[in-house]
Amino acid sequence: MALVPRIGFDSVTMRFGGVAAVDDCSFDIPAGKITGLIGPNGAGKTTAFNVIAGLLAPTEGRVFLDGDDITALPDFRRQALGLSRTFQLAHEFSRMTVIENLMVSARNDIGENIFNAVFRPSSCLDQERQAFEKAQQTLAFLEIDQLAYELAGNLSGGQKKLLELGRALMQEPRIILLDEIGAGVNRTLLGKIADKIKQLNEERGYTFCLIEHDLDFVARLCHGVIVMAQGNVLMTGTVNEVRRDERVIEAYFGGGKYQDAS
Amino acid sequence: MELPGFVFYFITFFTMGGIYAILCLALNMQWGFGGLFNAGIAGFYAIGAYTGAILTAAGSDDHVGGFGLPILIGLVCAGIASGIVGWMIARICVRLKADYLAMASIGIAEIIRLAIVNEEWLTNGSLGISRIPRPLESVFSGRQSEVFFVVFVWIVVAVTFLVARRLQVSPWGRVMRAIRDNDAAAASVGKDVQRFRTETFVVGAIFMGVAGALSAHYFKFFSPDATEPLLITFLAWVMLIAGGSGNNIGAVAGALVIWAIWSLTEVVTQQLPPDWATRSSYIRMLLVGLLLQFVLQRFRSGLFPEKSPKLRVSDDR
Repeated sequence: MALVPRIGFDSVTMRFGGVAAVDDCSFDIPAGKITGLIGPNGAGKTTAFNVIAGLLAPTEGRVFLDGDDITALPDFRRQALGLSRTFQLAHEFSRMTVIENLMVSARNDIGENIFNAVFRPSSCLDQERQAFEKAQQTLAFLEIDQLAYELAGNLSGGQKKLLELGRALMQEPRIILLDEIGAGVNRTLLGKIADKIKQLNEERGYTFCLIEHDLDFVARLCHGVIVMAQGNVLMTGTVNEVRRDERVIEAYFGGGKYQDAS
Repeated sequence: MELPGFVFYFITFFTMGGIYAILCLALNMQWGFGGLFNAGIAGFYAIGAYTGAILTAAGSDDHVGGFGLPILIGLVCAGIASGIVGWMIARICVRLKADYLAMASIGIAEIIRLAIVNEEWLTNGSLGISRIPRPLESVFSGRQSEVFFVVFVWIVVAVTFLVARRLQVSPWGRVMRAIRDNDAAAASVGKDVQRFRTETFVVGAIFMGVAGALSAHYFKFFSPDATEPLLITFLAWVMLIAGGSGNNIGAVAGALVIWAIWSLTEVVTQQLPPDWATRSSYIRMLLVGLLLQFVLQRFRSGLFPEKSPKLRVSDDR
């Protein structure tokens, strides 16, 4: 990849009423790596993702993509810049076929113009052909090409997660944010998803940041880990460093010592 | 040449059926592709009808105009006027979720209706606008003009259908369906949800306006009574749901089938004893409501369920 994908999360605070879900929190997501974002429930992980993706406008602080300040960009413009994401709960386009789910995720500037759609219906065919080929390659890579003409709403939970990953891949992403892609997925399929992520990272240099509760999954994939608790970064390090850290254990399981010490 | 009476019954049937087909195709653009719950169809229909009527009617002291312009210009302007109002409403309301948009659009349609009743200088209020021409009246007179008019209406249906179809099979239509299924996910793949929703709302509004103008030319007289929401909004929704929302053929078929049932119930209720006959319109409404219930219970996706359009670039299916 010629570009240097990377997210800078700079002193971000996200307040909902009186609650600061993310509180003056800063971290970097390095380019070309798989970064894990872990922490107990309510730590602010998904809120941080939503701020990066542009679903939420932060109360304070800034977000950078490759050094460019994207804080003020609406969400769909960020995705067009290559900031892809998947959702915690599957967000498939349920009444469309799998291949349509992927093709709609490609950029098709000509055919998505309403005047071209009505008056020059053939103008989009080149882009359509490209989108179709890319969708087929993506489905083959994810090994769900046999489902191409199935309605997405009929897929199993795990297949929907693969489909969402495929949709993210259709956009030449600079970074893919995976929000609990393993949740509710059976072991076998989870292993397959992990293999695909690893392959995309190692062979194609894709950058990932993933929220995950399954620490084995995190250990298997992530180069570095950011641990969040109570809206802030508790520590960063490798999986093994983090696993041994007392503060992390206490943040997950509770206990008086850490609270006293802080 | 004299044509037998039942032929004229069919001509009347297909004229109104065609106008409803245009309404239904327009609603399908908004709801079927776009997931936008427009419960104010009658408002756009009225704007189109009055625009067409004022521009094409013969001069009158009772209201602005009429300007006696050609009917085609009237139709285009009716679409434009309705589209502009649709655009203004979309700018405000398109962000709303389906049920809230429904409420807002009912309210807006009611505002439009009240404005039409009260702005007498513009619309002649509840007395309505008369002397609205039909196309080529100088060539076709009397019943011939009805024959010509039904052909005219179905040409407009064909144009509407072509536009709806091209929209549906285009990448634009695919984005629209994606937004309908899940707007957050559509934004997450880089689609400007507001822009697409505004576009589909405006295009639908344009054709609703055209349908309204056609009905004004057909009746040659237009008053606020003709914009009764039960007759326009309610019937158009029943037609689309029964025919198959998301399917253009379903929209046309639904319009014709429900219009046939609606017309037949009129024949039936005319046979009822007099004190029942006064309530006939409510009985018809009840019957159509029951039919809608039946369709929703038994055929949830309508006579012609939505199908993903065939991919235009693949050959291996």
